[in-house]
Amino acid sequence: MTKITFIQPEGDSQTVEAENGLTVMEAAKLNDIAGIEAECGGACACATCHVYIDESWRDKTGKPSEMEEDMLDFAFDVREGSRLCCQIKITDALDGLVVRVPAKQF
Amino acid sequence: MNVTVRAPEAQETVQPIETDAVIIGAGPCGLFAVFELGLLDIKAHVVDILDRPGGQCAELYPEKPIYDVPALPIVSGQELTDRLMEQIKPFAPVFHFSERIDALSRTSDGRFRLKSDAGTEFLAKVVVVAAGGGSFTPKRPPLNGIEFYEGKSVFYSVRKIEQMRGRDVVIVGGGDSALDWTLNLQPVAKSLTLVHRRDDFRAAPHSVEKMRALVAGGKVRLLIGQVTALEGADGALSAAIIKTNDGTEQIPCNAMLPFFGLTMKLGPVADWGLSLHENLIPVDTERFETSEKGIFAIGDINSYPGKLKLILSGFHEAALMAQAAYKIVYPDKKLLFQYTTSSSSLQKKLGVK
Repeated sequence: MTKITFIQPEGDSQTVEAENGLTVMEAAKLNDIAGIEAECGGACACATCHVYIDESWRDKTGKPSEMEEDMLDFAFDVREGSRLCCQIKITDALDGLVVRVPAKQF
Repeated sequence: MNVTVRAPEAQETVQPIETDAVIIGAGPCGLFAVFELGLLDIKAHVVDILDRPGGQCAELYPEKPIYDVPALPIVSGQELTDRLMEQIKPFAPVFHFSERIDALSRTSDGRFRLKSDAGTEFLAKVVVVAAGGGSFTPKRPPLNGIEFYEGKSVFYSVRKIEQMRGRDVVIVGGGDSALDWTLNLQPVAKSLTLVHRRDDFRAAPHSVEKMRALVAGGKVRLLIGQVTALEGADGALSAAIIKTNDGTEQIPCNAMLPFFGLTMKLGPVADWGLSLHENLIPVDTERFETSEKGIFAIGDINSYPGKLKLILSGFHEAALMAQAAYKIVYPDKKLLFQYTTSSSSLQKKLGVK
């Protein structure tokens, strides 16, 4: 199991354990993380699972694909480290991953 | 001479379209409902807010594979839509695209009167709500107070170009809508600023080229950044605050067009007097009928114990709904259950005999 920490805009954090192979979005939904809506169910078609990857983890999560970058146009307050977490597959390499939930999803 | 001047609206007498069934929503369930109703000689008109059939399959994931449609191990949203359109062809449904049913009421003879936002009216014996997650509507940027400007100085669509003449327009977005409106409105607007979060555009390359030429010629300003706040009073926008890489900039403007794609909202379904539960329509599992006799709900929009939001469940719901609809459309006829494989009458309807 891989540990992922979600930090809310007000600072509350929640660490969950997730199975490798799931996406970070699925881990968030399974654990009822607030602020991750995932309206399209993980099809990279809505931008409502937007998160900010903690700076120290950006090398490991990598950059968004072209399709994801296009869909990020539909997210609010996109920053360095913005990702759609339905596009991040959980692996051992991400054990300890820290992501921040934005103040607003569209 | 005795001349009576009437208001333009009063002069228009829209003749309602009379039909057996109106299906609201042209997603996979709405389309398959045409088939199941058609086998039972129930003619249907289909209304959808999108400009083409397919619903979420067309709008959200035309290219993405679906693996759980029986007998189709893998099918894309677009292919599923195309196949359903082929399957329902014999029943010649009439489609009304880019229209949304706004009003639904029962008439004194027990039929239903429906009216779309484009003014189309229907008189139907049964109504099938197959509206999925609701109607696709433009996404509203989560900016404080934006709702006070909507319709006055913030617009999600432009009905008349003239509406923008002489205005200082800000367009936000990087897709085809944003680029098309940049090109269309530039000649009439007093000034036009295109705001996009990155210097890369999803829109068609030739639109992007045209936009870049206008920017190079000083006719359009391209600003790379994101809108963070609006300024103005009483619905009249006076400026948009844009966060850029270098800080923030205040762009004076009196019209803004944000293009951030579509989202699903329940919309007018909530106003039709149907019982709702958490934005879904409760139905029974024998007829898939709502709290109103003659109004059925199938697919993602309904709820019942054990409901699964799967396309295949919606197909089943359509079949049972059609049996119940038959009793309303043909109250005096007896329905004989038949198989398409062996029934010559069904095969005749399908045009295969």
